[in-house]
Amino acid sequence: MHILVLLKMVPDVVEDLEIAPDGKALDLEYLRMILSESDDHALEQALLLKERHGGKLTVLALDAPEVDDALFTAAAKGADRVVKVVGMDAGLTTRQAASVFAQVIRRETGLLPADLVLTGVQAIDDLDGLIAPLVAHELGLPYLGILTRVSFDAPGQLVQAIKEYPGGVRGEFEVTLPAVLGMQAAEKPPRYVPVAKVRAAMKSQKIDCTPVPTLADGGRPAIEVVEMKRNEPAGHAEMLEGDPAQASGELCGILAERGLF
Amino acid sequence: MTGNVWVVAEQWRGHISEITYETLALGREVADGLGVPLTAVLAGCGIKDLAQTLGCADSVLYVDHPLLAEPIPELCAEALAQLMQARKPCALLVPLTNVSLGIGALVSIRLGNTAVNSCHDIKIVDGKLQAICVMYGGKIEVVVEPAGELAILGVGPGARPADKGRSERSPSIEEATVTLEDSRVRLKRYIDPEAGDVDLTKQDVLVAVGRGIQSRDNITLAEELAKALGGAVAGSRPVIDQGWLPLSRQVGKSGLAVKPKLYVALGISGAPEHIEGMKDAKLIVAVNSDARAPIFNVAHYGIVGDVLETLPLLTEAIEARKTASHHA
Repeated sequence: MHILVLLKMVPDVVEDLEIAPDGKALDLEYLRMILSESDDHALEQALLLKERHGGKLTVLALDAPEVDDALFTAAAKGADRVVKVVGMDAGLTTRQAASVFAQVIRRETGLLPADLVLTGVQAIDDLDGLIAPLVAHELGLPYLGILTRVSFDAPGQLVQAIKEYPGGVRGEFEVTLPAVLGMQAAEKPPRYVPVAKVRAAMKSQKIDCTPVPTLADGGRPAIEVVEMKRNEPAGHAEMLEGDPAQASGELCGILAERGLF
Repeated sequence: MTGNVWVVAEQWRGHISEITYETLALGREVADGLGVPLTAVLAGCGIKDLAQTLGCADSVLYVDHPLLAEPIPELCAEALAQLMQARKPCALLVPLTNVSLGIGALVSIRLGNTAVNSCHDIKIVDGKLQAICVMYGGKIEVVVEPAGELAILGVGPGARPADKGRSERSPSIEEATVTLEDSRVRLKRYIDPEAGDVDLTKQDVLVAVGRGIQSRDNITLAEELAKALGGAVAGSRPVIDQGWLPLSRQVGKSGLAVKPKLYVALGISGAPEHIEGMKDAKLIVAVNSDARAPIFNVAHYGIVGDVLETLPLLTEAIEARKTASHHA
């Protein structure tokens, strides 16, 4: 059995996000890139499936700052092969990224056949579309997303998947393999791997690099960003200033006045 | 632009979703702005009666098909793509919920187009649509212009009040047919949530913790504040995923929608998925170390600071005040 995991790096929103001088993109100079959270969960789910059922786990990622760390970390966690698509400009749209993934999956030796393609359901920078359904369509495979658990019913033939619906409702699905699944969360939190193990993976494993395929329309995206700015709506909290004790005291007073305790 | 504005009327388990009315209200404005009719598109099995409630639209186009009984994204997308190829709308607005997520992307790739995510508003500039989208966990607003004759826009919750999208008018109702093949994705059953020890939706006070609470052990600090306020502890997605609180305590898109008198958000950044579940709380108070955290955009009062430092101080202040008033 072969599981393929697709990873994407995204800006770390814990850091301040700066807008580029043209006002249409993030300023790359100040960005710290991290693995997209739901992609990390997709990797964890794949590792759990491999531990239970054996088989091979391949990780495919798009080049970006810090991606080598993410790939060596995946290797240290148990991925058998890690592959990086190189040579693209920064700032691919989601639609373009999906097309790159699909073309590389078809072209690169050893990526197909895959029984299962797992990726995150949504990334914080997905402006046009989502990776999982777009890749599924391009590969002619079924898609299901917002999943919190995937288990093999009949390895190589069927998976059982739990999908989240509103109000805490879950849907139990059966999906015929091969398929592309978008993970919301793995059944367990992504595992921690010690730095020493990641360093060992850097010495013992290599990242296979493969060039970016030609993009449709000469790489011109089908949407035009007119403006990008910090989201600062009119409504904003009244901020309570002072040291923590003063601010807490003031808040306590406000809650008491409103009869909330 | 020519062609109608279409809104996907999301229905799930026999009911029209609230977000459908919100999206219809937005769609109404867009259609009026362009001077074209508004059509609600309803897909499902045995759903014709639901069409009557969609009078905010001029017309309802419905597809009744056994394979559309459950919202399997690729089947819904295939049905929509067939209708759109035949009738050529100028815009398709798709509610972004866990029921409909993915449909916009799958429709767009079938039609050689692209779908824009996370719109919370749409403007018409020089006769063209511009979508205003919230990205990067709610921190950045992006204005985008879709190319071509068709705009496919995923609309997030809260774009307009749902009441604006309800109408007593009777829309004209038309049935359409599509050709669908069995999907390789099949729903086996729904699993309704188990009742937790506490029903969050019935609490007057919720103390909600997010990633900023840092560890399972620190949940105790939130429990102490909840006890002082006579409420219960809730959590955002990362806390539930870590297993620090049970699923029955999750507030947000995949959890519960709550409307308490007081919602205290501790170390919750305020991603749109969380805001969706608590924005209707009467009073929202937030403590976060990041002054730019989007939670402060919906909170009434905010404190920038370390949650672990502020939390015990707040509990202490409340307990002291309670004791003082008891003795007074």
